[in-house]
Amino acid sequence: MQQAAVNYWWIVGGVLFVLLNTAAGLIWLERRLLALWQDRYGPNRAGPFGLLIVLADTIKLFFKEDWIPPFADKAVFVFAPAVVVASVLMSFTVIPFGPNVVVADFNIGLLFFLAMSSLGVYSIVLGGWASNNKYALLGAMRGASQMISYEVFMGLALMGVVLMSGSFNLREIVEAQKGLWYIVPQLLGFVIFFIAGVAETHRLPFDIPEAESELVAGFHAEYSGMKFGMFFIGEYLGITLISSMIVTLYFGGWLGPAFLPGVIWFILKTFVFIAIFILMRASMPRPRYDQLMEYGWKVLFPLSLLNLLVTAAIILILKE
Amino acid sequence: MPPSIFQTLCSRFGENIFHEQLTRDETPTVWTPQGKLVAVLEYLRSEAEQPYRMLYDLTAIDERALKSQYNGTGDFTLVYHLFSFERNAFIRIKTALRGEYPTAPSITDLWPSANWYEREVYDMFGIRFEGHPLLKRILMPVTWEGYPLRKEHPARATEMGPFRLFDEKEDREQQALQFKPEEWGLQRHSDDADFMFLNIGPQHPGTHGVLRIILQLDGEDIVDAVPDIGFHHRGAEKMGERQSWHTYIPYTDRIDYLGGVNNNLAYLLAVEKLAGIGVPERAEVIRVMLCELFRIASHLVWYGTFAQDVGQLSPVFYMFTDRERVFEIIEAVCGGRMHPNWFRIGGVAQDLPNGWDKLVRDFLNYFPKKLKEYDKMVMRNGLFKARTVGIGVFTQEEAIDWGVTGPGLRACGMEWDMRKKRPYSGYQHFEFDIPVAQNGDCYDRAAVRVNEMWQSLRIIEQCLNNMPAGSYKSDHPLATPPLKQFTMQDIETLIHHFLNVSWGPVIPGGEAMSCIEATKGWNGYYLTSDGNTSPYRVRVRTPSFAHMQMVPYISRGYTVADLLSILGAMDYVLADIDR
Repeated sequence: MQQAAVNYWWIVGGVLFVLLNTAAGLIWLERRLLALWQDRYGPNRAGPFGLLIVLADTIKLFFKEDWIPPFADKAVFVFAPAVVVASVLMSFTVIPFGPNVVVADFNIGLLFFLAMSSLGVYSIVLGGWASNNKYALLGAMRGASQMISYEVFMGLALMGVVLMSGSFNLREIVEAQKGLWYIVPQLLGFVIFFIAGVAETHRLPFDIPEAESELVAGFHAEYSGMKFGMFFIGEYLGITLISSMIVTLYFGGWLGPAFLPGVIWFILKTFVFIAIFILMRASMPRPRYDQLMEYGWKVLFPLSLLNLLVTAAIILILKE
Repeated sequence: MPPSIFQTLCSRFGENIFHEQLTRDETPTVWTPQGKLVAVLEYLRSEAEQPYRMLYDLTAIDERALKSQYNGTGDFTLVYHLFSFERNAFIRIKTALRGEYPTAPSITDLWPSANWYEREVYDMFGIRFEGHPLLKRILMPVTWEGYPLRKEHPARATEMGPFRLFDEKEDREQQALQFKPEEWGLQRHSDDADFMFLNIGPQHPGTHGVLRIILQLDGEDIVDAVPDIGFHHRGAEKMGERQSWHTYIPYTDRIDYLGGVNNNLAYLLAVEKLAGIGVPERAEVIRVMLCELFRIASHLVWYGTFAQDVGQLSPVFYMFTDRERVFEIIEAVCGGRMHPNWFRIGGVAQDLPNGWDKLVRDFLNYFPKKLKEYDKMVMRNGLFKARTVGIGVFTQEEAIDWGVTGPGLRACGMEWDMRKKRPYSGYQHFEFDIPVAQNGDCYDRAAVRVNEMWQSLRIIEQCLNNMPAGSYKSDHPLATPPLKQFTMQDIETLIHHFLNVSWGPVIPGGEAMSCIEATKGWNGYYLTSDGNTSPYRVRVRTPSFAHMQMVPYISRGYTVADLLSILGAMDYVLADIDR
């Protein structure tokens, strides 16, 4: 750690810089990829390949009137969007982007991630509640129940990985995958984690809290300007977070052939999953809220328990 | 020969009570005294052999300005159109009302669908219905003064004085828009719950236009719904009374604005019946081909937006792209796209352009494989099924009670397509099937429409292969405008051309009704002529109006998300509801 301590602040700054830019860049990536899959052009006017749309969007968001509805609960209304960005950014502190590139090398890293991502639900609930708008309230209610339920399976699915690696430390989990990525032994766990991750980030097909055709914009219906921008960035950060967690836990993190540095491998793998998130948005309809809950509790929950039991049993047998 | 319905009625209720009127469309028309009206309708609906189970339309005519030779015996006339599936026949029951603001008995106990129709008559004519559960304005704002379809109500802005919006008036209008559940007979609380009232629309991505639905919610479950329509009302019926028979055609385009020429056809079939114009074969086939192209275009919009309503983002882009392909053909033929304004009294505006066959054939080759792809993408998608199967179910009986027509009716097992059962415009010469489904839920309604696109392709192919030669417009003197090539030869045509284009054709007096299988259901025009250059009364019967009325009935007990599926599967267009 002494070696890392030298440039510790560089890592913090670097991670923050890359993340925020990635989140902003995803605006462009998502729109271009969606456009590609939907037979249209997408943003292609500002700058090369329309890249400057990111800049234009950011400027627009910053200069929009920052309006707080008179009927809203002001303090909570302002606080809510900050929660989502803060909690997701906090989660990133434990993710090892490379062998030595990690902000905080906690030995309870995985638990920290779960704790932080659970906090995210507050922003939806508080935002929806403080807006004092019926659509927002409905969205918040849906969001709260969805995220709390899916948290359960997410945690359970991860326990398989913990059992196999014998650690909550994400760096050690990655190192434990040197021989074999966990995607192979933990395929079921991966599937459950991925689905729960999509629900956690409330992206299509699980974008039920903001279901555009029903609830207009759901929990953030009343938000505008940079407060809305925070939800927006929070969503993209969430996608990035879940993608990097998938990579860390199941796809060997920074591990990869030596011709590229670990960080690059990590980024490449992460972007593959980000693209999958976007592809899902382009292709799937949205289930109904009660169907989503039923699916979670009746299918995913037993499956994740089963996964845990079988993993534990096999490990025990191998140890004998 | 079985006795005519008039004779049956006479033998049931006694001679000399009824009086039969001859009309141009040969629909049996029976004048009934007001006192016997409900009894007669009840008899026709439930007791008569081969009953008239569907209330197809209910409207009124202000007869105070009608020349006596066409007149009934009153100031206002209520007109009931019933349809019998067993007989495959319409009947028109008329009753004369006297007085400035007459009253009539309500028939909402007989047909639930009469509710909105009676409200519309009240809204437009000021005729009150006794026993109606909630008689209030439906299309016009509640603050409106006067009853638009009465003859004394002005139709032109110049007759109405300048429009001003004072602050007090603005406040008054805004207050009138506030939703007070009590006015609609809704409870704010039940024994164990406080209800939430959620206002959906008029600006909402899920309503497909300016429609407002107010939901009474218990959690996310719909306890009741109140559709508030009329935001798209443009007075199409009133405008008919001031346009010439010819210049009204573009207005029909804008009724069901996705159906394009189907509207033209519904209107012109009625006009041609009035005038006794036969349409040449080539014109008929051209009309059929265009109608089917528009059916595909309309169904594509529905298909894409329906998928989007349940959260699927991409299909709508593919389907609009394909719709563009249909529009390429339509554009080449008509010059217009959504509002083609292309059919004319006695035919169509122009002959088909050179090379039309290649465009159509390319489309016929291209489209089937896309339809198959969409089937895989949407109809066979598990999540899509989860959102639509078993949602918004209604039975055949309910459908008929509520006046549901078109794909909605066929989705509950009723094999009834006006193109087959009462062929018009030469549909009897075409080979195609009537797609049906059995469950009457959102998914089945979707499946019927998808199959209809396949059938439309078959019809278009037959049009392409068998396009008859000949004239694209009738040489009847009332065909408007007359064929240009003759105007240079003989003075008769030249004069007709001049008069029909400047004043408009004079259509002989009488009344006629049409009913076509439009993209969304039965669409019909009921025209009354007093032998003038413009109609005396234009009644537009649209399918969406009846369908929208059914929304509260079929959405109770489902959730907000299901409401979107129900609305999406219904395939309505706001202009088609409000006219």
